[in-house]
Amino acid sequence: MIRLTDVVKEYPNGTHALNGLTMEIQDGEFVFMVGPSGSGKSTVIKLLIGEIEPSEGKVMVNGFSLRNIREWQIPYMRRTVGVIFQDFRLIDTKSVYDNMVFAMRAVGAGPKEIRKRIPYCLNLVGLENKSRRLPSELSGGEQQRVAIARALLNNPSTIIADEPTGNLDPARSLEIMRLLERINALGTTVLVVTHEKDLVNRFDKRVVMLERGRVVSDGKGWYGRRTQ
Amino acid sequence: MSRHNIFYFAKEGAVNMFSHGFMSFATVGITVACLIIMGTFTLVAVNANAMLADLESESQILAFVDLGASEEEARAMEKEILAVDNVAGATFISDVEAAAAFRSRYEDDELFQGLPDNNFNHRFAIDLADIGYMRETKEALEALPGIESVQAYEDEAAGFITIRNVAGVVCVVLIAVLALVSVFIMANTIKLTTFDRRDEIAIMKMVGATNGFIRWPFVYEGFLLGLFSAVIGFFLQWGLYEAVARSIASNDTINLITTVPFVDMWSYVAVIFAIAGMLIGVGGSLSAISKFLQV
Repeated sequence: MIRLTDVVKEYPNGTHALNGLTMEIQDGEFVFMVGPSGSGKSTVIKLLIGEIEPSEGKVMVNGFSLRNIREWQIPYMRRTVGVIFQDFRLIDTKSVYDNMVFAMRAVGAGPKEIRKRIPYCLNLVGLENKSRRLPSELSGGEQQRVAIARALLNNPSTIIADEPTGNLDPARSLEIMRLLERINALGTTVLVVTHEKDLVNRFDKRVVMLERGRVVSDGKGWYGRRTQ
Repeated sequence: MSRHNIFYFAKEGAVNMFSHGFMSFATVGITVACLIIMGTFTLVAVNANAMLADLESESQILAFVDLGASEEEARAMEKEILAVDNVAGATFISDVEAAAAFRSRYEDDELFQGLPDNNFNHRFAIDLADIGYMRETKEALEALPGIESVQAYEDEAAGFITIRNVAGVVCVVLIAVLALVSVFIMANTIKLTTFDRRDEIAIMKMVGATNGFIRWPFVYEGFLLGLFSAVIGFFLQWGLYEAVARSIASNDTINLITTVPFVDMWSYVAVIFAIAGMLIGVGGSLSAISKFLQV
């Protein structure tokens, strides 16, 4: 479960990115987070993956309190969260399979576990036949699917996707969203940050809208019920 | 740390090292140079110490008993001489033995062959515990009643002590400076590696790799670079030392200087080079990677 309570984030340069933001995402939910540039979406993601700390308020992610988290606990918190970025963040010099191996080794997985888990995740995203390809030999949609498969490797309870369709055409974007929906159906909490209104409206999901570091709307559809 | 992780770290460390071939080569080269300079100064200090130790063992001072004292009276002074601070031992030499030694030294010169024995003083050849206190010991012996004079080679001893002290200070300062320079250079090489792999590091952190897991391959890389430098440096130092020792031995004007054979100290030099190389390597790696592990 993700819970942010009265979260304030002020950067060292004086920018107030979040101004008392409160929101909660239950286990197994699928949530879109939308908002204009500078509304605080990226700051929320950075907070949720432990890249920055809140200036005030509480942030809870899958049982970890990020306000007082110890440095050594951060990697273990991150293992409960799979992150997907707009730019895929794959290693160009490694094959799809080796990208996956790299991610699993980074958390200390053994060869047996690696051999078992990678085919399962590649199969889930429909790329089991392209495991030996380099990322540059794949389309944008396929690269994003590899990134999703990588995010699933450690069996996280939450997937956070930061503009996952930002580099894709509408057809591929829909494909990725449907994949995330399918992953959500398997029990994984999914938080998608996006600004693609048409795409969001194709799914009957909860939409949290941010503006100036606060939640201004929370409900089904692009313009959900106003909360503040 | 599991077995497959150790192999993984070692493999990654080695791959990093070869993937930045030129920088690794430059780092090893400069670290070798630093190790050799450090080693050379240390070996100079070791040799100065060894020569000083030889000088100490050879540099007896002579205390002459008053001329006219009988042999019994002179021998009776041994106890008082041994009671003087810094006197490690005293050997009595009678006037007859001294005269015989003198005559034998000038056996080709008839002028000295007729000297009577009683022209020579009875004397004590005195060994010192510490050559550094030669002057004080000489003064204490001269103050003893019945001692006419004391002969000591103070200037030579002082010269060696100065050389030893200066060499010691220079060594310590140079070793510290060169070690810092080496760590700095090593840190820069590893920084280049970490910069080159910043995307991989970001991915590792994103998926939940611990700082230790991210750090180890770089520590291995630094360790390997340091160890290579130490091995190369050791053999170059050996060759250099032997060459200098041979040239000293073959030179008529400086062959009074004796050098400690390298084979007598190779194990110490090897251990010190290995430890210094590895510390420089690991220290440089840790210093370079710390910045990347803050997020």
